[in-house]
Amino acid sequence: MPATYTLISSNVLSSSAASITFSSIPATYTDLVVRASARTDSASSRDAIYIEFNGSGSSYSNTFVRGTSTLATSGTYAFGIASPRGADGATATSNTFGSVEWYIPNYLASTNKPVSVFGVQENNTTTANDANIEAVAGLWSNSAAITSIVIKKVDGTNFVSGSSFYLYGISNA
Amino acid sequence: MPATYEKIATTTLGSAQNNITFTSIGSGYTDLRIVFVGQTQTSAQTVFLQYNADTGFNYSNTVISGNGSTAASYRNTGNNNIEGATRAPVPVSPNWGLYTFDIFSYAGSTYKTCLITANGDANGSGGVDYNVGLWRSTSAITSVKIFNTNNWSTGTTATLYGILKA
Repeated sequence: MPATYTLISSNVLSSSAASITFSSIPATYTDLVVRASARTDSASSRDAIYIEFNGSGSSYSNTFVRGTSTLATSGTYAFGIASPRGADGATATSNTFGSVEWYIPNYLASTNKPVSVFGVQENNTTTANDANIEAVAGLWSNSAAITSIVIKKVDGTNFVSGSSFYLYGISNA
Repeated sequence: MPATYEKIATTTLGSAQNNITFTSIGSGYTDLRIVFVGQTQTSAQTVFLQYNADTGFNYSNTVISGNGSTAASYRNTGNNNIEGATRAPVPVSPNWGLYTFDIFSYAGSTYKTCLITANGDANGSGGVDYNVGLWRSTSAITSVKIFNTNNWSTGTTATLYGILKA
């Protein structure tokens, strides 16, 4: 029986990188999973991390619910399919990285694409809003099959060395 | 080596209907996961979960949710189902909602816990729910019903996976 859950590609940074791209994604799976362990050189303790499909910078929407250690909030976000506080920044506790997972079902379907995102930015801090946990419902209002994914950040210049990124394929056949 | 993550069954609706049920689930895995991608025909609707055709008031759940402007948390107790999504209902065309159901130790002899993620962004409406549900039964789970009060559209899909820890 072919494997259901397969690693397609990985990128573990040994030096800084502005973005990470998974291209030429095979059309042989049903769903995709992207996982990131990320830290950027953002001047704050955190950064937003998001993905875009097929080189497109438009037609994305996100609704999130977030816990910040002192309160729970909900909002929307405009960049890609995002975890708005999912990456650690330069002033976060050293050697810590945010963890984010994107679940992309039916990536080949000729329909709009819903995405589930879960991101955590633990920072061993007593400062309010400097440790975050987020659940995000994302939507790409585009009916094209997904053939590439780029991972970006908002505030910092680069993802730093030690950040890691993985793309998995899930097959329901 | 036996596979850790295996597809058990998948259902894609060829016509509108208001439920998808997986039956005759074997006890050979540790946990179950269901991935549901759905669209409602008439108006956005929540998703309900039942096990083993149990319609008794043996279910409860606790939810955190966001609708893009406010966060909320609430609880249901003594229900005859687990309510899967309130602020992130299954949307109408052209959008699709994504729901995952992780059911832990489904074949064990303790009460059954599940984790539900509900993702229903509709580009200006909808929301996201994270939900923990409990079925107060010590029976092994052999069937899972996901259902709605209104019909889901053709093309709505649910896939059941088994996850094995040994």
